[in-house]
Amino acid sequence: MELSLVIEKFILVAIIFGISLVVAMYSTYAERKVAAFFQDRVGPNRAGPLGILQPLADGAKMFMKEEIIPTRASGLLFIVGPSLAILTACIGTAVIPWGQQIVIGSNLIDLQVTDINVGVLYLFGVVSLGVYGVMIGGWASNNKYSLLGAIRAASQNISYEIAMGLSIIALLMITGTLSLREITEQQHGFWAHGYFTWNFFKQPVGFILFMVCAFAETNRTPFDLPECETELVGGYHTEYSSMKLGFYLFAEYINMFVSSAVMATLYFGGYNYPYMDAVNNALGGTWGPLFGVGVLFLKIVLFIFFFMWVRWTIPRFRYDQLMDLGWKILIPLAIANIVLTGLVSTFLK
Amino acid sequence: MESLSGKRKLIESKPLNFLERAYLPAILSGLRITGKHFFRKSVTIRYPEQKREFSENFRGMHSLKRDEEGRERCTACGLCALSCPAEAITMIAAERQHDEEHLYREEKYAAVYEINMLRCIFCGLCEEACPKEAIYLDGDIVPSNYLRKDFIYGKDKLVEEPLNQ
Repeated sequence: MELSLVIEKFILVAIIFGISLVVAMYSTYAERKVAAFFQDRVGPNRAGPLGILQPLADGAKMFMKEEIIPTRASGLLFIVGPSLAILTACIGTAVIPWGQQIVIGSNLIDLQVTDINVGVLYLFGVVSLGVYGVMIGGWASNNKYSLLGAIRAASQNISYEIAMGLSIIALLMITGTLSLREITEQQHGFWAHGYFTWNFFKQPVGFILFMVCAFAETNRTPFDLPECETELVGGYHTEYSSMKLGFYLFAEYINMFVSSAVMATLYFGGYNYPYMDAVNNALGGTWGPLFGVGVLFLKIVLFIFFFMWVRWTIPRFRYDQLMDLGWKILIPLAIANIVLTGLVSTFLK
Repeated sequence: MESLSGKRKLIESKPLNFLERAYLPAILSGLRITGKHFFRKSVTIRYPEQKREFSENFRGMHSLKRDEEGRERCTACGLCALSCPAEAITMIAAERQHDEEHLYREEKYAAVYEINMLRCIFCGLCEEACPKEAIYLDGDIVPSNYLRKDFIYGKDKLVEEPLNQ
């Protein structure tokens, strides 16, 4: 491999890593602000103008806090838990195509860390690894509440992973590829051959199923049973303090960012937008793709906002309702969606 | 049975129909409601910078008044301390000297006048008891503090600012 390629990828990884951390950081701030607006309040406004420095203050607080490891906890696993949670949250961004190929100087640079031909599968693998952080942490705490939270997280993620996988199969039947770059390129622009190009308009049911499952996978309300504080004190992170707790909370926000990016890429055209060819021609090879990156981030922000909107609207499911929804409704619906997609794509073409 | 209050409501528990069971329409209507709140003006008063307007008969921190020549009106009669149901007021009286006539209105004045703000219940009986119109509860909210001793307000905090300054 050429050295320049290594350097290029390294810089890209650093940038994406930085951006996802900053986005996650400011998601915590945005969550509190959004919650406040939904409840006719003001939200954090003391640290810096409009409270913009709040995440820094929170981070400093997290680092300063006393670090408590319970004596009966399993020492190594107790540390592995949060590390694994944040690690798996971060590596999901590797296969997401952030933009079209960009011209810098005389080089053509891919705005994607790696375009593996099983990108969607990779994402699923990484997302399902995420539950290990929660499980190990909950188990290592040697606390019944933590363990219950971990069990809930595990069974919930397993249940919803099936529905998620099935919902995506219908999408893959249309796209015919697992590479996220190709899936995005197929959604070029907004309108082609007399129909929308974005997959959402071809797979609306699949998208809704995928989104519901994404809520469950990221442990967001209404599926935040693993950390259900009314029943389980703090859920799987009851025993955690200091930055280890911070990592768990942070991992949740990074997960939210990643799943928003995935939803935007798979169903809402990624970096594509209406009249993008004209805009690309006008802006040239450097700024045109960057504009596309901006569009993708706009979509991601909207999805994150939607995550928060739902969180502050609906209450948590009861545990049996959660399982009912997963197994008795989402999975049959996903299978029906596959059958329907198969029929339509066979007979309409 | 006849409802006496007229407020009785019969509650039927019908099984949910398909749309209700589908859950999504209900979520959408919920999102609409919270969405409306998102654009509503927040009712918060950002306290230290902004203050809610007090009503006219609000009773806040006490102030010891001066007369039109800038002399302290209080004559240390002790009626306020006597009337105080919380026993928050204490004072020590002193006699006015010849060169102090521009400072105190009567021959007797309060050398020490202390109100314990932790005891005070802001009932306003001291204000009613005062024959000299020397004490009024027309101030602000009593600010918080770290130590109990700092809640005992002496004359330095209670007496009005002199007139010509």
